[in-house]
Amino acid sequence: MAERSFAKEVEKLRLGDGEEFAGEGILAITKALLQCGVGYVGGYQGAPISHLMDVLADAQDILGELGVHFEASASEATATAMLAASVHYPIRGAATFKSTVGTNVASDALANLASGGVTGGALIIVGEDYGEGSSIMQERSHAFAMKSQVWLLDPRPNLPSIVQAVEHGFELSEVSNTPVMLQVRIRCCHVHGKFIAKDNKRPSMTVADALENPRRDTGRIVLPPASFLHEKEKVAKRWPAAVDYIRRNRINEFFGPDAGSVGIVMQGGMYNAVIRALQRLGLADAYGETDVPLYVLNAVYPLIDDEFLTFCEGKDSVLVVEEGQPNYMEQAFAAMLHKAGRGTRLVGKEYLPVAGEYTGQVMLDGLGAFLRAEAPQLLSAEIRAPNKMGGGEEIPDLSKVVPGRPPGFCVGCPERPIFAATKLVEQELGKHHIASDIGCHLFSIMPPFELGATTMGYGLGPASASAFNSPEAKRRSISFVGDGGFWHNGLTSSIGNAVFNKNDGVIVVVDNFYSAATGGQDILSSRANNRTKSTQHPITKAIEGMGVKWLRHIDRTYDVGKMQATLKEALTTEEKGPKVIVASSECMLNRQRREKPLVNQAIKDGARVVKPKFGVDEDICTGDHACMRLSGCPSLSVKSLDDPLRDDPVASIDQNCVGCGNCGEVADAAVLCPSFYRADVVHNPSGWDRFLDRMRSAVIGFLQRRRERRRLVFANA
Amino acid sequence: MLDVVSTRDVPARGDGGVIKIAILAVGGQGGGVLSDWIVDVAERNGYLAQSTSVAGVAQRTGATIYYIEMCRDKGRQPVFALSPSQGDVDVLIAAELMEAGRAIMRGFVTPEKTTLIASSHRIAAVSEKIEPGDGRASSAKIRETAEIASKRFIAFDMEKIAVKNGSVVSSSLFGALAGSGVLPFPRETYEATISASGRGVKASLAAFGGGYDGARGHGVEITNPVVPGGPDDQAAAHSPVSSATAADATEPVEKDGPDVEGPRRLVAGWQELTARIEEMPEPVRDMALRGLRKVVDYQDMRYGEEYLDRLDRALLLDSEERGHALSIAAAKHLANALCYDDMIRVADLKTRSTRGARVRREVGVKGDAILQTTEYFHPRVEEFCGAMPAAIGSYIENRPKLSAFIDRRINKGRRIRTDSFTGFAMLWMIGGMRRWRRGLLRHRVEQAHLDRWCDLGLATVPQDYALAVEILNTRRLIKGYSDTHVRAQSKFDRVLSALPMLKGRSDAADWLRRLREAALKDEKGDMLDGALKTVATLGD
Repeated sequence: MAERSFAKEVEKLRLGDGEEFAGEGILAITKALLQCGVGYVGGYQGAPISHLMDVLADAQDILGELGVHFEASASEATATAMLAASVHYPIRGAATFKSTVGTNVASDALANLASGGVTGGALIIVGEDYGEGSSIMQERSHAFAMKSQVWLLDPRPNLPSIVQAVEHGFELSEVSNTPVMLQVRIRCCHVHGKFIAKDNKRPSMTVADALENPRRDTGRIVLPPASFLHEKEKVAKRWPAAVDYIRRNRINEFFGPDAGSVGIVMQGGMYNAVIRALQRLGLADAYGETDVPLYVLNAVYPLIDDEFLTFCEGKDSVLVVEEGQPNYMEQAFAAMLHKAGRGTRLVGKEYLPVAGEYTGQVMLDGLGAFLRAEAPQLLSAEIRAPNKMGGGEEIPDLSKVVPGRPPGFCVGCPERPIFAATKLVEQELGKHHIASDIGCHLFSIMPPFELGATTMGYGLGPASASAFNSPEAKRRSISFVGDGGFWHNGLTSSIGNAVFNKNDGVIVVVDNFYSAATGGQDILSSRANNRTKSTQHPITKAIEGMGVKWLRHIDRTYDVGKMQATLKEALTTEEKGPKVIVASSECMLNRQRREKPLVNQAIKDGARVVKPKFGVDEDICTGDHACMRLSGCPSLSVKSLDDPLRDDPVASIDQNCVGCGNCGEVADAAVLCPSFYRADVVHNPSGWDRFLDRMRSAVIGFLQRRRERRRLVFANA
Repeated sequence: MLDVVSTRDVPARGDGGVIKIAILAVGGQGGGVLSDWIVDVAERNGYLAQSTSVAGVAQRTGATIYYIEMCRDKGRQPVFALSPSQGDVDVLIAAELMEAGRAIMRGFVTPEKTTLIASSHRIAAVSEKIEPGDGRASSAKIRETAEIASKRFIAFDMEKIAVKNGSVVSSSLFGALAGSGVLPFPRETYEATISASGRGVKASLAAFGGGYDGARGHGVEITNPVVPGGPDDQAAAHSPVSSATAADATEPVEKDGPDVEGPRRLVAGWQELTARIEEMPEPVRDMALRGLRKVVDYQDMRYGEEYLDRLDRALLLDSEERGHALSIAAAKHLANALCYDDMIRVADLKTRSTRGARVRREVGVKGDAILQTTEYFHPRVEEFCGAMPAAIGSYIENRPKLSAFIDRRINKGRRIRTDSFTGFAMLWMIGGMRRWRRGLLRHRVEQAHLDRWCDLGLATVPQDYALAVEILNTRRLIKGYSDTHVRAQSKFDRVLSALPMLKGRSDAADWLRRLREAALKDEKGDMLDGALKTVATLGD
């Protein structure tokens, strides 16, 4: 089950006409889908759209009542291929995933879908993970819309606008027989706001109805000659239909005065940041009433030529606010003006950065520069020529002081010991080429482990090491892949490929029972019972099925010694072909979420419960921190002693320790030091426990008193 | 502050008095909960509010940011921004001190506008923890800067308050926000928000109260005590649990001798020794007393005498105007050198009654719960030989085959239950080997090493006093067990190997100090090797 329970949110999906929905943007989209009579939804989890998947997974009952089919797809390609259900049948379908990583995976299906076109509305909701906090390569989804000629909506980032975009998306898709992409940026997905709900609609045709009455039309299948007709149809029929719909329904919005010497054209998603900048420049009020003509594109592809040209009439210069690069829109607009022989100056990336997120400051600087240069008369004196921030003291630069804080393994993470073991093996056998994959385990590239040279895509870790397979080399490559990536496409692209090409490398499958990095969703090999999904399919069986001969399964990753020995064997064995190690232990974040309440309840109910925690004897720890160079656990930190005899801070374990065992295992495996101890607290001890404890403390107490009577005992020693 | 916000006039142009709040936290600190609470309390007070965050992988223990905008509901939806802008944040809440620093660095804190509310506790970043020395960033620097950078700076250990009340820092931060009065909302509405949230309400409200009082300047110390001699921010840098137990850690030791208990004969002996310290110059006494105590506690009274005899050698060469730096360094490092970490010491420390008590306190054993303690040992032939009578020990060490044979038998991880008869008894007996320690191989080795180092230091005094002090200070490098200890030894030797190149230079002491600091930067001593290369080029 997912990291979070969405029981509360699920109830919001039941809201009816006129009721107010309050919540996250991505959940508003989910509700909008049901209001639009969607017939089926699929997708692949990943920030920022995980919550859409999670809430639908928890909303099976509602979906059942409405006859909506929901699938947690195996990959983004699967989710997009699923939209084939809208090719011949008038069923509305939606797919969702993280972009651009997901769009990359989906593009094969997307291109085929776009070629044949659709009958029922097909909506693809892409969660744009761009800018601050992003975990992926910085690219634009816009390119995919252009190359496959599917329409791209980029609504203003507020709940009513994105809900409306969903409604328009389906209609636009239907009138133009073209799939539509709805792009929502990460902050918009997580924005908390309100909108007035409508009743949910049962799909006019359900997937069940379709199954009962199959249809086919050779003309929609991507194979010559049809495929050649598809291309012509795209430009001759679908495009004009889309342009007409967008114009007629005023999808794009105009704000501010009609006339003006300058204007600003922007992606809908940029609207709020533009308004804030204009507010700070004294050209807009709290509600967005502005003195500058604005042309807001809630549909960024296709562009509407005459809409744009009308906007430019009588304007000396127009600024295009287009986040990311290349600046496709700016180029298109420039071409329109040129072909129409207009004199309006078109600017964009001259004033705004070519690359990178358009944050508040960037927008303020960009718009400020544009207006100072092109329309200074609009600006008040002090803004036109701001006098430098003087008077106040110079604020010291802290960049040398403040340490970076990249994301890392959680407290008690079962992946930590895997990389501790790998580091120890490298200390013994020397450095190796290590290929990493997508997932929490990618944190291995950061201190303290600093293991891993590349990451080439989800499930492609071992694939990205496939070139390193040479009989001349004494050393083998090591590659990692998570259970999420393994099922996403690692099984074929990585394991199958390694078997087929007789790759001699070592592959470690990091199995933590969930697609953990995306929020702990269940996958094929999850151990939990899932009401609506089939789980508990062992990774090891799949690997054997692919024909791997050398396979080891470690069912407790915290056993650093065993992990180390197995890895060493894999790197040194005479056996040919891929050496695969499956290292399994449950994601601690999810495990704690599951067990903590149960354990606390059990203690309350008087059941015998043993709770482990680790500690450090501060007078035995010498403050070398070797343990932390093999851990990086948030709960294992440094602490100063108030003892002038001791210079360096010693290790200390805080109350967040979950007693995973890594500290002790590492201290042992790396022969570090005897400062660590494990303290097991037995709650509600049995009679036998108590008896034994009394006996033991009697003897121990006697021995201690005996010795302490014979020596000097110092206060607080 | 309250009135500033509420009486802010709403101009025709501008954001119309939108209040902007940014929260910087470390993933897992509950920044999401806090921002939901703030939205809720705003709406309770007839405000429109919007919150955003960048969820996802960044939340896994990394630095995360949440952003909230709010303004009075005038019946029309304003346009809220989705991310904070430099110089345009009214309230900056930092759930950890370095995150406050990050906020300042990113320009979210400005003297004209920003009230900075920060928990002064530290969560050390990985980069700070993995240095063999003390790699922690300076909290004092952040505090100084925050005073300059913010309109108002409210900082105290809110983590401590949260832990004390069995809650999490988001509750005490929420309290501090309420207490600061920066938002025009009454206290009850904040508490109503917490009560409505449902889970752990009682603890949350308690922590909230603590934070509230803290922000109003009572109930908590606003600045952390600075420990003399150490890094500026020792006390501030405690990890949560230690900050909870900070009281014990920072208990000051009375200068006029710690109170001791024991057989009359020993106490009398102890008083003789402390009498010798009374004879010493004032500046040396504190360190000498601590050292003496450590040494006697480690071995016995005679060991204490040896310590003082060695210290006297330094005192003879020392001088008033140098502030007795030599003797103080000697007092410190002689004690550490004499109390080398061997199996006997470890066993002794782990079997003391005081230790058991400390574990119970740190783990927090309550009621009738029972504590079971497991120790992790991994003896190797080296430790075995070290614990043998010198003759036998070296006999084995000189026979590779034999020692390899023994190593195969003993070299493995051993988990010992010190709450069980056998486990405790075993360690108790090893601890009892104390009385024979002087005859053991390890002691011979350590003594020899100590003599070489100490003689070298003292012999250098006539030519270069400062250098002599640094030679003694080099002892700081020796720490750790097994391989770590070996690595430490080699760093120690590599640093001192620079002496021939440095002798006679006016800045020799400086260079030796720099070498020592370089040695503490990384595990293998790469920085040190670099520094040594530089030293090598000094001559020509």
